[in-house]
Amino acid sequence: MIVPLGHVLFLSTILFVLGFGCVLARRNLIMVLIGVEIMLNAVGLTLVGASAFWQQLDGQIMVIFLMAVTSAEVSISLAMVVYLNRRKGTVDVRAFDEMSG
Amino acid sequence: MATVLFYILGFIIVIATFLAVTRRNPVHAVIYLVNSFFALALLFYLLGAPLVAAWEVIVYAGAIMVLFLFIIMMLELAPATEETRIGPTWAQWLPVLLLALALVACTLMLIGLDGSVSQGVPNWYATPRDFGFTLFGKYALAVEVVSFQLLFAAVGAFYLGKQDAPQQKTGKEGS
Repeated sequence: MIVPLGHVLFLSTILFVLGFGCVLARRNLIMVLIGVEIMLNAVGLTLVGASAFWQQLDGQIMVIFLMAVTSAEVSISLAMVVYLNRRKGTVDVRAFDEMSG
Repeated sequence: MATVLFYILGFIIVIATFLAVTRRNPVHAVIYLVNSFFALALLFYLLGAPLVAAWEVIVYAGAIMVLFLFIIMMLELAPATEETRIGPTWAQWLPVLLLALALVACTLMLIGLDGSVSQGVPNWYATPRDFGFTLFGKYALAVEVVSFQLLFAAVGAFYLGKQDAPQQKTGKEGS
């Protein structure tokens, strides 16, 4: 392992916080999805770092599953963005704050 | 040397991600995020995951980010104020140029390390052979489940993207 595990975890924590802040603060639906992507990547960095620390393959295989889950999530959510944009003509999250709408 | 490269790459990742989440234009955010993902792929290689690094570039930077760009351009979400100009200004594309040059420099450094004796190659790394045996042996059931999930996602995306379903029209009138 080239660096201590704590440094990898620190970097992935910074990434996760940046993505989380993006999800919480941005009002554009696309930027919210980009924040989700950043958070998922931070989790992937944690898994690869753990895999290198214990020298086991399982962490990297989890990253592959994470990528599959992410691509499914992105395809569904972008289709939903297109659908919502067609319904209300905007991608501002404040337009979608009611459930029955 | 690989340790120094780790910290340089970590710095690039944090800078690029911070610039990505603070951009107003979603297209710029996606470009910065592609930079960040390339740096993350190099980091994965340094941590002994060359196959995951390749897939990071192919799946994240290649497929998912291009899908984002496609949706942004299809819905015309980028602000239209820059249409009058010929192209992006220096202030807009200088940071991403610097980040990309730093990434190329890191890649060249990594290749140079590879030439010398086992300096840049991580002392433990997962060969694609071991990776495949574990993935399709120990985790074969999970691979099947994930493939079903991808199929359901494709069906769901197709259903949501359908143009003229009757219940969508009534919902539009109700809102």
